[in-house]
Parts: sequence; C-alpha cells; structure tokens
Amino acid sequence: MIEPKDLNIILATDCGSTTTKAILIEKKGEEYRQTYRGESPTTVESPFEDVTRGALNSFTELEELSGRKILDGEKIIMPARGDEGVDVYVSTSSAGGGLQMMVAGAVRSMSAESAQRAALGAGAIVTDVIASNDKRLPHERIELIRQHRPDMILLSGGTDGGTVSHVVELAEHIAAANPRARLGTTFKLPVLYAGNKDARDTIRKVLEERTYLQITENLRPSLEAENLMPARQKIQDLFLEHVMAHAPGYKKLMTWTSTPIMPTPAAVGVIIENEARRHGISIVGVDIGGATTDVFSVFDGNFTRTVSANLGLSYSISNVLAETGAENVLRWIPFNMGEADLRNRVKNKMIRPTTIPQLQGELQMEQAIAREALRLAFEQHKALAVGLKGVQRVRDISETFKEVKEEGLVNMLKLDLLIGSGGVLSHAPRRPQAMLMLIDAFLPEGITRLGVDSIFMMPHLGVLSSIQPAAAQEVFEKDCLVPLGTCLAITNTGRWGEKCLEIKLNYTDGRKTEDSIPFGELRLYPLGPKEEAELEAHPARSFDLGKGKGHALKSRVTGGVVGLVVDTRGRPLNIPKNNRIELLKKWANALGAYPNS
Amino acid sequence: MTHAYTPGLRVAEKTTIRKSRVLPLPGEVVVKKGDRVEAESVVARTELPGKVFSVNVAGRLSIPPGEVVKYMLKREGDPVEKDEILAESKSLFAWLKASCSSPIKGTVETISSITGQVLLREPPQPIEVRAYIGGGVVEVMEKEGVVVETTATFINGIFGVGGEVVGPLELGVSSPEEVLEPKGIRQEHAGKILVAGSLVTWEAMDKARNMGVLGIVTGGVYDEDLRSLLGYDLGVAVTGSEKTGLTLILTEGFSRINMAKKTFELLQARRGRKASINGATQIRAGVVRPEIIIPLTEGGGAALETEGPLVETGMAVGAMVRVIREPYFGKIGKVKSLPAELQTIETEAKVRVVEITLADNSTVVIPRANVEMIQL
Repeated sequence: MIEPKDLNIILATDCGSTTTKAILIEKKGEEYRQTYRGESPTTVESPFEDVTRGALNSFTELEELSGRKILDGEKIIMPARGDEGVDVYVSTSSAGGGLQMMVAGAVRSMSAESAQRAALGAGAIVTDVIASNDKRLPHERIELIRQHRPDMILLSGGTDGGTVSHVVELAEHIAAANPRARLGTTFKLPVLYAGNKDARDTIRKVLEERTYLQITENLRPSLEAENLMPARQKIQDLFLEHVMAHAPGYKKLMTWTSTPIMPTPAAVGVIIENEARRHGISIVGVDIGGATTDVFSVFDGNFTRTVSANLGLSYSISNVLAETGAENVLRWIPFNMGEADLRNRVKNKMIRPTTIPQLQGELQMEQAIAREALRLAFEQHKALAVGLKGVQRVRDISETFKEVKEEGLVNMLKLDLLIGSGGVLSHAPRRPQAMLMLIDAFLPEGITRLGVDSIFMMPHLGVLSSIQPAAAQEVFEKDCLVPLGTCLAITNTGRWGEKCLEIKLNYTDGRKTEDSIPFGELRLYPLGPKEEAELEAHPARSFDLGKGKGHALKSRVTGGVVGLVVDTRGRPLNIPKNNRIELLKKWANALGAYPNS
Repeated sequence: MTHAYTPGLRVAEKTTIRKSRVLPLPGEVVVKKGDRVEAESVVARTELPGKVFSVNVAGRLSIPPGEVVKYMLKREGDPVEKDEILAESKSLFAWLKASCSSPIKGTVETISSITGQVLLREPPQPIEVRAYIGGGVVEVMEKEGVVVETTATFINGIFGVGGEVVGPLELGVSSPEEVLEPKGIRQEHAGKILVAGSLVTWEAMDKARNMGVLGIVTGGVYDEDLRSLLGYDLGVAVTGSEKTGLTLILTEGFSRINMAKKTFELLQARRGRKASINGATQIRAGVVRPEIIIPLTEGGGAALETEGPLVETGMAVGAMVRVIREPYFGKIGKVKSLPAELQTIETEAKVRVVEITLADNSTVVIPRANVEMIQL
C-alpha cells in the first residue's frame, strides 16, 4: 500500500443505482485536481447483473478521454507506472437501489404502527404491515413475506415486560417464510428485532438460523413511550452495510478497491460535515439519485442525515408523482401538459429508468418532478432533524396515537450554504436550472449561498477523505463545489405586484446597483464566482427578510456562476393558476435558465 | 471503442426454462425426479397452521390477567368447538357468573397470564403448489419443492401486474398495431390469455376480467387505465401480488405503442397453446420482469437458444435497436454509427449518442441511453 502522501493518481467511482461515475484525480505540482470523468450505465440489471461491468465501462471511457491506460484486460494497473495505471482505487456505492421494508408488530394500531413510523423515518418504503390482528391467515402472511422479497423486516411487539407470545408468533411466521433477500439468493434477509426485551432469547431461537437477525432497543417500551431512534439508526446502518453490499457484483468490486467501499450517502455526509466544521457554518446538502434522495444538514454542529428511499428520478420517479400528486408536478411545467400525458411519461421513465430527456420539454418535466422530490425529501428531513436524538420520547396517553411536534434543528434563516448534488442538479445543462430547482424546492429565506457538486463527485471525495483528507478537501474546494451564487428572499407573503423590496449593491470594484422589486419577482444581479458586494435591502413595511417586518438587512454577499438572485415570490410560494405559465417563463428567463423560454 | 451495454428484454423462440416451485413451509413433495407434469399438476403440498384468534378472557370475565389460568376450562393444546365455553367466572349467584366462549373450532394455543389473552388456532389449512409450467421434474428439494424444466418460447414483458395464471393463448387482435377494445372480447375468451396489439383500454380490461379472461399481453396501456384496474396509483414498480382478477403484461410501455413485430408474431404462432404468464415485476437492482412462457410440446431435442448474443457483446453498427424515449419512442432502427465524442442534444446536454436509420430510411441521432437492443 502506497503512503497517502505518495498518491499521485487516484481513481474513484460511485456506483449509483442508475449510472456509474468514475473520476481521475491527479497531483499536479503540489496540488490535487480532478482531471477526467467517465460514466456508464450501472449494470445491475439483466443480462449483466454485475456492478463491475459498469465500473469497467466507466474506466474505459476515462482511458479514452485521458489517454491514460488504466486497465490491463479487466484488471486495474496499480500502482501507477509512468503513463499507465493508478496509485489507488476507491469507490462508493448505492447500487442496491431503494430500501423496501416490511414491518411487523403485535397489534396493528400500536407496536406495528410504531414500527411503521420507525421504518418510514429511516427512509424506507413500507411495502406491507403485518400484525397479529391484521385479519390475515398465517399462511397468507407467510406467502406475503415470500412474495414481497423485502430488503429488510422490522419486527416489533410487546411492551418491555409484556406479552411475548404475539411477537414470537410473528417471528415464527417470518421464520416459516424462510425469506430470501431481494439481492442475492445466498444471503440471509436482515431482520431487525425492536420489541419486548423479554422475548429476545426466544426470538433468537426462532430467527437466528434463518435470517440475519439484529436486535435493538424496543421501539415501544411502554404503551405511553415510543423510542424510535435506535431502530431508525439501525435500519439505516443495515441498509447501507448489508442491503447495498449485496448488489450484484459488489463482492468482486470490493476486491479491487484499496479501501473499504463506502455507501454513497455516508461518503457525501462526510464531505458536508467536514465542510461545515471547517468553516463554522450551517449547511443543508441534498443528493438526489435515481432511487433515493438523501438530505444532510448541519445546524449548530448537529449533523443529521435522512434517506428518502422512495424519492428519486428514475426507479422511484412514479412514487414522487404518487406522493405529491400530478397537480403539484404540473405547477412547475412551463407549458400545457395534460395529467394523462404526464402519467404515461413518468411511468415510462419508471420502467426504463436509465433513459435521459432528449427534448427540452422532457427535461423541464423531469426538473419539475425533481423539485417535488427535493421538496418532499426536505420535508421528511425536517421532521426527523429534531433535538431529542436518541432520547426516549414520552407521550401522555392522550397523544399516544399522534405525532408530537418537536423543535426542529433546521432553521432556514440560519442556513448559510445549500449544496445540491445528483444527476438532475449536477448535470443540469445550464447552472441556473440547478439554482432555480434548489430555490423552488428548498425555499431559502434571508441570505443563503447556493452551490452544486460540479460533476457529482462528493461521494468520491468522501471516500477519498478516509485515506487522503487533504486531497479530498483540495479537490472539493477547487473542482467539486461550484458556487451558484447567493439568494436573498423574503420570509413572508403579500399581494402580487405590491411594493416589496429596495436593494442597493456596492461591488468591491466600485460599481453600484439600485433596484426596486415588487412582490412576485425573481431577479438576477451579476456577481461572479470570486466577486463580493455589500448588499443593503430594505423591505416594505409588510415584508420581512428575517429581521422583522420592514427591517433592513445589510450583508456582504458572494457571487457564483449564476449570480445574486433576489426572490420576492413569498414564503410559502403559491403560484397563481391563471398566469402560471407566463410567470414560470418570466422567472426562468430572469435567470437565463432555458433557451427560447 | 466503448461498448454500449444496453439492456434488452429476452425474447426467445425456443429456449430451456427452469422454474423452482417451492412450498411456503416444509411439506411433502408429491412428484419424483423425471416425472412429467402439467402446469396445473400439484407438485408439493403442506399444511399451514390455521388462523389465530385471540380472546380477551381477562377483560370478558373482569378478572386480573394473572388469574386467567384459574378460570380456564380448557388448557393449552386442548381442542375446542365453536361456541364452546373456554373460561367461566365463579360466583355464588348464578346470574353473576360470566363466561367466555370460543369464536372458532380449533385448539387452545396459549394462555397468557401477562395480557389475559387466550390465543386459539383454527385447524391447519392444506396448501398446494402447482407446477406452473408443463415439463419435466429435474430436481427435487426434499420437503421444499421441485424444479420443473421445459423447452418453451419465452418472452419478457417490460412491466406487469398480477400473479401466475395458466391458460390457452388467444389473439384478441389481428395486428401489433391494433387496439384491444371491449368488442374484441368474446365469451369464448373466458379462461384464456389474450394478446392485444398497441393498447388495451380500461373498458376492455374490465370486460375481460368480468368475463373470466385470465390475462392480457399488450404492447401498451394508459397509466390512468392501469390505475383504474389497480384501484390506486402505483408508486414503486414492485408488483405481482395484486388481486385484480386479471394478469396484465406490457411488452413495450405506457401509452399506445405497437407491440414489437417479433413478439407479436411469436405469440401469433403460439396461438392455442397453453401459456404460463406472471406479471410480477421489480424494477430496481435485482430486477424482475414479467414473463410469458409457452412450453413447446413437440419438436423435442436439445433446446435451441435463438436469442441473439448482441446484448452480451454490446451495441455495434448494424444492430437493431428500439427507441425507448421521446421523440422517437417505439421506433425501430438500425445502428448506423456510434460516435465516440459527446454530442449536444436539444436539451443542451452533452451525451453519448447513437446514429440510427429508421424504417423510412431517415437518420436520427438518439442518446445511447434511450435505445434498447432487439432482435427481429
């Protein structure tokens, strides 16, 4: 193994559920820079069913683009010799796709419901809920478990010290089903037990032989208390370390890499957390993929990660539509499209998830769905990013069956930097498209900087930071994070066209700009990537920039490839139906988001 | 040159198919290795534990859970008849006596002194697993099931709903372009699997299932019609357990799309034969696509795999491809060239493309990701 300081040529891949992305990082003089990138469809589908085929294709593309020979047949040349080979190969993977879980609990309205909340909270798609009183025949439950081929089963039931028989009976059904994991027939299905602690020994006896049994704290230790966090965390761990690891070909891939393969979201989380710590700022990061959308946040030093396993733009695209409804998607499409047409297009993307939009209208449709996927994922994140991490939440009996509002960690006014990643954001043909999608979905308030992962390499850098953190940081700041610019937005709403905001911009080079912006506008002011300006914003009496209604805000703002965007469309953003298309086009034109729009 | 590994769906005129047929619980395998079986033949059976009912004895008798055992007239393992008294409270006054009877015929499974609940279990239920495809038993997994092998025409669909059904194949249309409408469904189609062309309408599906048609294989369907069939909006493509009364398999996609000529002609050629179809689909890693299996009873000999090796070697000039996304969705063409350089498409994205010649001799440029390989 080469010493980290001697790494000159680094090969890194991220094997996503849709595409496998390979990058080359080279040491040029004293600095590390990302130099080439290749990508290829991920090959987990028939007939290949081997993630390494896609990886090899992406290496071949890198070879073609860089002129550097990386492969000797199907073997990576390592370490580098002159113009051949690489010093290290690292990889992340999320090729397992989304997480599908079945949950089982003794009583449907009690432990099964708590289990469902835990699974949903962990980002799973709950394919079915099984309970002792679900009116199904045991053999129907058994058949269901076999048919669904879930990635994981969460079993709960019984308060601590309470009944063991119901949960043991459910365990017997699971054992009787002898369930097979969705990925790989030779692997045991992970079953997480989070029920009555007194039943653990019996559960072990029943399930340990036939399943990959994991045990965690009871998620319903008493009728009045719900303790979901340990189960949530364990589900996410199992998803990352067990389910994904069984994607076809993964075993072979593991023999190629110089360091353990890191799950994609974990790697992205490392990069975001490091960046927040290094600069002492609050960050929200999002990585929207084909099957899942991950949201990361760091507020006041608290790091939270959520996986929305059912929100994505290929495998899960139809689920985005099902969850948000056609109307919510159509409101972002700047031309007339019928619901039936949208539905057929979305379903066709679902059944052929690796296709890409060729027409402008199709791109706009996918970006409309992306807005909704991002919005929903952020909603789920905010619901989970709460202060009582790992602490047993005690509910009184009257609120046993309803969610209790907890103080959230996410505060949009405190948000310094919003980073977007994933194909639809990183590969948007024009950067303003990414900025518009992020603003529309996350609705930043006050002053917020925005950036995108240039070519989707945060995962690669996250895993690289485990062996060469300095190189990862250098490439992140120089080549990965593309500053889009800054967004100034009001925090409340008003009447369309009424006087809203006066701004003054004093650029460092002496230029000055003044403008008066009515409510309902999106305006762009030039401010380049390395430029700064003093911003003075005076809201009208009824408008708020986070300092109170009518209170001015002064700040130094930094630019980006798009510039300074002032958003007076209000929070929440309600797009009038009568002139929706006209407004969408006007806003897109203000940012130069699309040609001929 | 980089290979373009474009997944294609399997369409084989004659190939060897092996199917595992496994019991949900260990039981008895009723056939032997070497036996010939029909699709409907039972190959294994078992008895599954009966349905469990709970009776809140403590609540009914108004006694603490810990005292339930004392009041029980039955013990764990005892058989009970429906309405037979399970437990009775004791009192000096007859009118103060309370009792608790069994809602089912079965056995007493457990008596819980923690919850005060008594669990009763109905008698075991026999379950049978059928062969699903006609063929030979080539492997017996003791107490679990068998593997059945047959030589068959095999066609993968792109998407389906509903589980396994077996029935004679019948054409509902005369061409791959034709739409299957209600008037195309007749009484004699009951118990059969119908082949549609470019589309099957909701009205046709509804009529078909009411008439007893087992399944429909179609080029396309409108999503809103699928929603009508399912009764809900499908979010994730994990299907197979729907109780729609009709197994539906799409060979091309959503909307009106002509069924691929080869697929239609194969189905046409197999008209009248018994087909085994399953709509079960999982479109994610570890993908499962729906299947149409038509065992070939004559011909014999070694199975001939007629699928082209194209998908194994990547896309090449001259290969036949189908466009699977707008603007040329459903069109078939021949690969003219595979430019190595990225090209800018209408969206302004720079992507790898393929140049293809369509049937009308026009040449179009398509992102490589938007074509799939086919055989004609």
